[in-house]
Amino acid sequence: MPEEREIICVTCPMGCTLRALVEGGEVSQISGQACKRGVAFAAEEILAPHRMFTTSVTIRNGTLPLLPVRSRSALPKHLLLPAAATLRQVAVDAPISLNDVIYADILGSGVDIVASRDIECAEGK
Amino acid sequence: MRPLKVDVLVIGSGPAGLAAATQARRDGAGRVVILERNREAGGILPQCIHNGFGLRVFGRDLTGPEYAQRWKQQAADAGVTVLTRTMVLSIAPELQVSAMGNGRLLDIDAKAIVLATGCRERPRGALSIPGTRPAGIYTAGTAQRLVNIEGFMPGKRFVILGSGDIGMIMARRLTLEGSQVLAMAEILPYVSGLKRNLVQCVRDYDIPLYTSTTITEIRGRDRVESVVLCAVDDRWRPIAGTERAVACDTLLLSVGLIPEIELARLASVSLDPLTGGALVDEHLSTNVPGIYAAGNMVHVYDLVDSVSESAQRAGRFAAQAALRQPPPREELIPVVAGDNVHHVVPQRLRPRAAASEQAILELRVSRPMEEPVAVRLFADNSLVHSERLRYSRPSEMISLALQPEHAQRLAQAAQLLIEVIPMALHKES
Repeated sequence: MPEEREIICVTCPMGCTLRALVEGGEVSQISGQACKRGVAFAAEEILAPHRMFTTSVTIRNGTLPLLPVRSRSALPKHLLLPAAATLRQVAVDAPISLNDVIYADILGSGVDIVASRDIECAEGK
Repeated sequence: MRPLKVDVLVIGSGPAGLAAATQARRDGAGRVVILERNREAGGILPQCIHNGFGLRVFGRDLTGPEYAQRWKQQAADAGVTVLTRTMVLSIAPELQVSAMGNGRLLDIDAKAIVLATGCRERPRGALSIPGTRPAGIYTAGTAQRLVNIEGFMPGKRFVILGSGDIGMIMARRLTLEGSQVLAMAEILPYVSGLKRNLVQCVRDYDIPLYTSTTITEIRGRDRVESVVLCAVDDRWRPIAGTERAVACDTLLLSVGLIPEIELARLASVSLDPLTGGALVDEHLSTNVPGIYAAGNMVHVYDLVDSVSESAQRAGRFAAQAALRQPPPREELIPVVAGDNVHHVVPQRLRPRAAASEQAILELRVSRPMEEPVAVRLFADNSLVHSERLRYSRPSEMISLALQPEHAQRLAQAAQLLIEVIPMALHKES
């Protein structure tokens, strides 16, 4: 018997409610999406959910004490909490530029963590 | 000291101020200056380290800091001057502004002013929760600033009152940083923020969110020790016997945003009691000639992209006012919120402008309708235009572009009214 799953698409702020039929570990039918990105999201959400990941790391000698960072692409959902714990231990030195790699290939995911903004050196340092 | 002469003066360098100033320069305004009281431009964006910004404006899924950096670059490329650490002290209807910047008094004469002062969080005082006054109560945005900018974690065990977007985003943020979020309580029967945030910030981390629930007591002498959750009926009255205490050390409030209108008041700008923000026409012009309003100080938006787009219009018309004479005064047509519409912006429409260019009405519904709805525009009592939407939710602003073919009828009306009703009712009428 195919199982019906209800999924809210998080690709954009519209938040479409999608219905997907799942049978034998495969997605057979998807409906309710306003655009085609919903189809890809629903299939991935059922088989291997991913999320964009953002957090911050300590920055030394910068104009601010923290550097916001992001994953270059979405991470597997089960890696979000471990990734955050890993990055709590990370400190970098100013100056940092937008898109600098802060942590390569986090937890073997193949995804780099990059800087989300420029941070200059504090004056006098 | 002689006053500084500028063409367009923008107050505030958040997304609205950056977009308005950039557009004003692109449209030919000579000297465009932004005054920003903070030490860097960007407004609230630098502390919004999550993604979801820029999908419409840049076609990219950006974080808040990335979105701010792009706009700062665009403003710089366009030749906008940003004066940081500069706080406006007074603003006169004659477009004279005085400000304190880096310890010096600055007088400015502007040909046009754009107010882009953003919004504030509704504080505890506005909620009248009984109980003690312990430490450990923060608005969600204050906690966001502490955690994301200052690097200070304000508690270990949190309860969040309200289900606004900042509250949900902070629930995830605190969880990722190793704190516990024990409960979120929303007095309404539905979540007040965006659905995507309910999924990726709350459900992803198994955070309990109780709707039709509020906090009836805060306990603790020096520090918050617990809060009392209580179910409410359909008129928000606590239901006796449903109280339960949740032990926690910190309470976050995510209970709404209010336009920041202190400077608008000083300049005698008229306000709309429904939005709490400036009352504007479709040029984002206020009642004071030469003063324009942009972004969340007009009404609180749900998406930064909409803030930028609307502020670009404000910048465009401010530049026109500075370069040429402002458009002639004319009798404005009131735009009124009808059935299931909480408020609509602009609140006034120029008949002449309505006839010559497209205006956009932005509205928010008062209750969710998870079924197809019709957005209907009436000129006096006759239906001029209707549009179908898949659903309508208070958390998601609706935009309606006025069509040129309706201009004639709109221009002759004494009043326009906009309503949102179920599609089924629309078909019957």
